[in-house]
Amino acid sequence: MSEPISIQPPRKSMRKQRRRSIIVRWIIALFLIFFSIFPVLWVISASLNPTGTLATQQLIPNNPGFGNYRELLNLDQFPFWKWLWNSIKVSSITSVLSLSITTVAAYAFSRFRFRGRQTMLKGILLINVFPGVLALVATFLMVSQIGDVFPFLGLDNHTSLIMVYLGGAMGVNIWLMKGFLDTIPRDIDESAMVEGASDWQIFTRLILPLLRPILIVILILNYIGTYGDFVLARVLLRSNENYTLMVGLQIFAGAQFSQRWGVFAAGALMGALPIMIIYLALQDQIVGGLTQGAVKG
Amino acid sequence: MASNTVQKIHKPGASDRGPIFSRLIQFILLVALDIGTAWFLMKLADLGYFPLAAAILIIAIFVNVVLLRKKAYPIRWMLVGLVFMGLFTIYPIVFTVWVAFTNYGESHLITKQQAIDQILNLTYLPETGRAYTWTAFKSSGGEYALWLKDADGNGYLAKPGEPLSQPQPGEAGIGALDGQGIPESIEGYQRLSGILAATDKNLMSIKFGEEGKTIQIRSPMEAAELQPLYKYDPEQDAMINQETGTVYKNLRGMFTSASGQELRPGFVASIKWTNFRDFFISPALRGPIVRLVTWNFGFAFFSLLLNFSLGLAIAILYNDPDFPLKKLIRSLLIIPYTIPALITILIWRGMLNPDIGVVSRVLESLFGWSPPWFTDQWWAKIAILLVNLWLSYPYFMLICSGALQSIPDEIYAAAKVDGASPWQTFWKITLPLLLVAVGPLLIASFTFNFNNFNLIYLFNAGGPPMAGTPTPAGHTDILISYVYNLAFSGSRGVNYGFASAITIIIFFIVGTITLIQFRFTRMWEKVGENV
Repeated sequence: MSEPISIQPPRKSMRKQRRRSIIVRWIIALFLIFFSIFPVLWVISASLNPTGTLATQQLIPNNPGFGNYRELLNLDQFPFWKWLWNSIKVSSITSVLSLSITTVAAYAFSRFRFRGRQTMLKGILLINVFPGVLALVATFLMVSQIGDVFPFLGLDNHTSLIMVYLGGAMGVNIWLMKGFLDTIPRDIDESAMVEGASDWQIFTRLILPLLRPILIVILILNYIGTYGDFVLARVLLRSNENYTLMVGLQIFAGAQFSQRWGVFAAGALMGALPIMIIYLALQDQIVGGLTQGAVKG
Repeated sequence: MASNTVQKIHKPGASDRGPIFSRLIQFILLVALDIGTAWFLMKLADLGYFPLAAAILIIAIFVNVVLLRKKAYPIRWMLVGLVFMGLFTIYPIVFTVWVAFTNYGESHLITKQQAIDQILNLTYLPETGRAYTWTAFKSSGGEYALWLKDADGNGYLAKPGEPLSQPQPGEAGIGALDGQGIPESIEGYQRLSGILAATDKNLMSIKFGEEGKTIQIRSPMEAAELQPLYKYDPEQDAMINQETGTVYKNLRGMFTSASGQELRPGFVASIKWTNFRDFFISPALRGPIVRLVTWNFGFAFFSLLLNFSLGLAIAILYNDPDFPLKKLIRSLLIIPYTIPALITILIWRGMLNPDIGVVSRVLESLFGWSPPWFTDQWWAKIAILLVNLWLSYPYFMLICSGALQSIPDEIYAAAKVDGASPWQTFWKITLPLLLVAVGPLLIASFTFNFNNFNLIYLFNAGGPPMAGTPTPAGHTDILISYVYNLAFSGSRGVNYGFASAITIIIFFIVGTITLIQFRFTRMWEKVGENV
């Protein structure tokens, strides 16, 4: 087709051109970085600003101090640690249980052939397209009705919140997991089966260890998604001490946004920090999961 | 391999037959579960929660079938997930579909039976009814009794829930009568003076005497035997006013007379397709809804376009594996994506605050003017697109750089040999190949933004409000936030029925897009693959 390419050593002008291109791209990068971290810097500055209002804030505050953090942790109507603990508790339990449900179900979809399998897989996807915000009225009524019989499963309760979250466990991530499982050759299962292993043994001892990378990604994204949810938690949780951090922050922001801006900034920063650390530490795995279509929550 | 560790010898096959003992235990557990469920169902039915009870019954039957039938073995693996999905995802959807065909909402919140019961509780004083003068007595335990005197001067004792009696002084604890024929005392009760009785809050609402012939205080002078004001006629499905004879017919969940008078409360009634018709052709709603839908699509489309373009541009700029500090740049650039969206949106709300936010202040000092981010509809839309850009360009940057690396270098080399310019290479090679890889994610992102409730609700709650709309709507409202207002913000009355109908319309829009996405990616075919 084409003539063989003659490979020449790069000429001087080309190297110069490349250096210029790198400099230009660095300048662009600086602009982009400014755009992406300016709000973060600004929030950090707000949280250190001793006057604590939105109006008086400068990027580099006069007399920076940790007054806002102290105030945050001592406010009665802002039990920060309690809210953070609620968030961590609910997200941890939800993401672990949800991951278990997803994995076991995906295994069945990948390994067994049964009637209605394809219909179920498609159905799961379509059902999850239904806008969840809209089922809120029904969900709210249902939880309050269940609570009339079992108060610990009713409104203003973390158990019921977790259960509602688990209603979405049979979701899009089943597809992702099933796709991953499909790439694991079935010969492995069959050889174990010949040796007399049961399905459950094959699943737990052979397949699960091979799934570890994708399990971690889905677990983390699920954790982050639950941690960041506020609509459901806002509707189902009623009392100050039961709020998750996102609900608490939203309510705090609604009530006294501009006067207590510094306190809000401190809370926002401390609430965002755990998630930021997870992301940045595990970015390679998460990116891998995202490109394959994993979803938050 | 690891199969060496598996000791137990088992017959291979789909069904895992355990020893009889463990099967017995399983059976006992199932029976226990069923008994518990039955008890729960009875409790729910007692409370009148029939739809929920029906849903749980169906799920319980499903669980039993799956656990007892050997053929359903694969389903057992996903049983827990399916139960949660059935109860917390499918049941709310079915409920929403049902509500969409009703007028459930403000003044139509209760069932028909509840509404009828409430209306039947209304009473009136018929002309033939008997009126009495009264004197009130109160026990230390807070119970009340009335001493009634009819026009002929006969005295009666009336207590709530008991038939009227005509005791003489000395009987039943009745003390001696005073000059007006009223007992000085009743055993266990204290006589209330006129002023005390007039200011007693409870007294007026108590029904004395046995049911059906109750006597209630009408005025400081008079107590009267009341009769139900309305009678329900099941044949006409109408309420008939006993005093005037007016017939109130059931009109879409509200008993309404021929002249248009309504009997409150109304109740939930099926109104068939009215909610959907209103959405598409109601003249009052047409203006706002056309605008909402246009902005909804526009928002999703421009968000996707902007976010994808910026993400792609960054991915291409720094695709060079030798670029210095590439990893650091990436880490700094994905920071916006790592912060929970709620926090980000609230921070931007503060930064764009027109009077005191930093962006406005900087622009003000530079140009002497800053955009009215929250009060002008176009600037509000721009602000939302800007915030969304900040929120999600890192995602596109990540997936694009992943996809770019999967495009083989040989293709670029070939293009170079053929003399393609970088511009041509981009449009003819990079972009098409990239779109194949990330296309499904782009469509998913479009549907996500189409329903991006959090952004709209937290940033400005859909503001600035449109003027003169029949239900509250804002210029930056998308369908889902509009629906949320309809259902939850009671400023002009909640309307669950209409909200649910719009939900279903959104479901169809998004569902269609999802189906197109599968066509596009041939995901359907993949399901069938026997890997």
